[in-house]
Amino acid sequence: MPLFILRRVLQAVMVMLTVAFIAFLMFRFLGDPVNSIVSQDATQVEREQVRERLGLDDPLLVQYGRFVVDAARGDFGMSYRNARPVSALLAERFPATAELVLVAALMSLAIGIPFGIYTALRPRGVLSQALQIVSLIGISLPTFVTGILLILCFSVWLGWLPSFGRGEVVDIGWWSTGFLTASGLKALILPSFMLCIFQLTLIMRLVRAEMLEVMRTDYIKFARARGLKARAINFRHALKNTLIPVVTIFGLQLGGLIAFAIITETVFQWPGMGALFIQAVNFTDVPVMAAYLVLVSLIFVVINTSVDLLYNVIDPRLRTERKPATNAGI
Amino acid sequence: MKRLLLAATAATLVGLSAAAPASAAEIRYASAGDIYGLDPHSMTDSFSINFLQHIYEPLVRYSKDLKIEPALAERWEAVQPDVVRYHLRQGVKFHDGAAFTADDVVVSLKRATHEKSPIKGNLPALKDVVKIDDFTVDLHLTGPTPLLNNFLTNMSIFDAGWLEANNAVEPVNAQQGEEGFTTRNANGTGPFKLESRRPDAQTVLLANEDWWDTPQHNLTKIIHTPIGSDATRVAALLSGEIDIIVPSPLQDAGRIANSAGVKVLEAPGLRTIMMGFNIKDELNDGDVEGNPFQNPAVRKAVYQAINMDLIRDRIMRGKSRNAGALVAPEVPGFDAAVNERFAHDLEAAKAALAEAGYPNGFQFNMNCPNDAYVNDEEICQAMAAMLAQAGLKPKLVTEARTLHFQKALAGQADLFMLGWATLPMLDGYSVLSAMLHSPDDKLGTWNPGGYVNAKLDELTEQVDVELDEEKRRALMVEAFAIARDEVAWLPLHQQPLSWATRDNVHVEQTADDLLRLWYAKVD
Repeated sequence: MPLFILRRVLQAVMVMLTVAFIAFLMFRFLGDPVNSIVSQDATQVEREQVRERLGLDDPLLVQYGRFVVDAARGDFGMSYRNARPVSALLAERFPATAELVLVAALMSLAIGIPFGIYTALRPRGVLSQALQIVSLIGISLPTFVTGILLILCFSVWLGWLPSFGRGEVVDIGWWSTGFLTASGLKALILPSFMLCIFQLTLIMRLVRAEMLEVMRTDYIKFARARGLKARAINFRHALKNTLIPVVTIFGLQLGGLIAFAIITETVFQWPGMGALFIQAVNFTDVPVMAAYLVLVSLIFVVINTSVDLLYNVIDPRLRTERKPATNAGI
Repeated sequence: MKRLLLAATAATLVGLSAAAPASAAEIRYASAGDIYGLDPHSMTDSFSINFLQHIYEPLVRYSKDLKIEPALAERWEAVQPDVVRYHLRQGVKFHDGAAFTADDVVVSLKRATHEKSPIKGNLPALKDVVKIDDFTVDLHLTGPTPLLNNFLTNMSIFDAGWLEANNAVEPVNAQQGEEGFTTRNANGTGPFKLESRRPDAQTVLLANEDWWDTPQHNLTKIIHTPIGSDATRVAALLSGEIDIIVPSPLQDAGRIANSAGVKVLEAPGLRTIMMGFNIKDELNDGDVEGNPFQNPAVRKAVYQAINMDLIRDRIMRGKSRNAGALVAPEVPGFDAAVNERFAHDLEAAKAALAEAGYPNGFQFNMNCPNDAYVNDEEICQAMAAMLAQAGLKPKLVTEARTLHFQKALAGQADLFMLGWATLPMLDGYSVLSAMLHSPDDKLGTWNPGGYVNAKLDELTEQVDVELDEEKRRALMVEAFAIARDEVAWLPLHQQPLSWATRDNVHVEQTADDLLRLWYAKVD
């Protein structure tokens, strides 16, 4: 096991270095940061001075190397736009994104699993059919359209929920939370629902398919023959076996939620890391973009590693399978 | 029963409408982006600097109609052509209670023009600031500077003692890894003081009860929220969560105007949109020998091929103001005669092209931004089609502004779009020095096409030092007339400003598209 973790740490470092390198390759196509920093009528001399100070004259590899060396020391540089350390900016925005993603993930489970079970147990019911159709719409509508529709419906027409922002937040140390105020909780509803729709429908359809599969297996038929109660069969025997693939997909999709949060945060003016990233793209704020991409790749690696570990724990078959595989390799 | 219900409903409605004025003196304001930070000396973004002028004040400021008026300086006079004396206002207090004196001006102006300051280019002529007594300072300049006051409107005054106490006398220099105290804290003399700020979420200002000036506003509180998405910003206004949005998307103007309780404010702005030519020896992407754009008759043919009335009526929904001059009417140097456009005349354009030796037109690349100006992409598509009617073969590329301006500045575009508002100096000299003067280290930064005209260079240099305002304006008018006859640039229009507010909000919409809430009233 320690070897497995060590290997994963090395992999994580490689992934982050690669992401940062690709990012630096792409930044050149975003335009010249100097134009965003100086005033429009700045003279050529002033422009050259800024370029030199920022080290933008240096070759790409030198800039990349400098970024990696500084990042290894925990220094991600200063944002060109906000004149503040990038690490402080990200730390300030992280709680907003984390809370949004957490609520969206929980919502997708809390709604997706029961709906999946229901549609599997009553495949021909009117409600099941309706849920299937709605989930198809949910999965195919672009999320920003759903977001705008939600705002139109619940903010403009009904006036129930706020159309932007986090509401009132409470600071606990460096963490700012919206969980402790009424307006903070209200503000969470629309964005987290918009964010979770895709995953919700995915989980619902996955649970349904798995459940239908499991219901056809012999041990379920046998349990029925023994005269066990439907509830015991459905939840004690069938559901448990259904959930193993759901855990994997859920874990993998958690990274997707963080990535998709960029769109949600833009639509709802949610002051999280995704909104910061979009702002950085518009400004060609290279240090912020680089740090964000590296951070997100780190989160992805951590999640994937945890899922792998969890999978080992949940499904004992995987552990025994490894040995013959390595032997075959030799 | 029915009557009871009605009465109850009426009571609720009355209750609701009575509840609204309780917070009437509060204004909730949404803009497209957030301010960059709280230090007006650390950025060149005109939106941020204007927002911070609610907190910090300059020596002189712009009035509602963009005329210069006294602020922290009561009056001023030139002692010598290159020394100007400012008499400061007495009895002004900073928000923390400290008194405003000449020391504050000396420290602030030195800070703004420090060699590490990102805004030192906004006051290029300043050599030294000398304190004469507690309420008098002399500004020593590199030469006669007619635009000194225009530049000073952008120079916020800090409290010297506060800067020293917080180790912030030197400017914040983001590029060298420092986070300044002033990025997150503010202490000015202005009509509002900082209450709280969460970057990209909310900035709250409270009215300054001890302001030296008589308030023309009736606000007690400003709550500013950036809302980047146009649709969300409009939704927030319509749902009553926001009182004023700047900007309001032009395409939603009709919908907003038709909604109850809100109104749209529209006016042509200062920003003149124009097309620049590549006038170097070769086109970047041509199919003919040499560069046809070097011939003024060809440039005029391009001009006459474009039907600006059609663009105004169809693309700009009748809201733009067609321009013949390179500056808007509010800007010194504007002249109504120069602003007359050459008439749209497709036949004349074709004839001129044939006469110049291009009866079948020629190919060139045409670059436009798609996120910098109002309907920029649509305007360029329409123009490309109009140019094709005249037989020309433009290869249109539209892209994000960061890329567009990089290419345009590098001279990689044969015909490119540029908008110029002349801010912060608000004077025709801005266009002359940046866009019409031949390119060198300091001048002609935005003349990447390489347009050179000795007479224009001479006029620009005269305007720079002419202290007699009437003569100076006459020189600028003369220069803009030459630029028009030569088609040095192809002016298109002034794009419209569009703001939207709730019905009970009254603001002054100034042509520079900056919201000055010290003129706002809420009933």
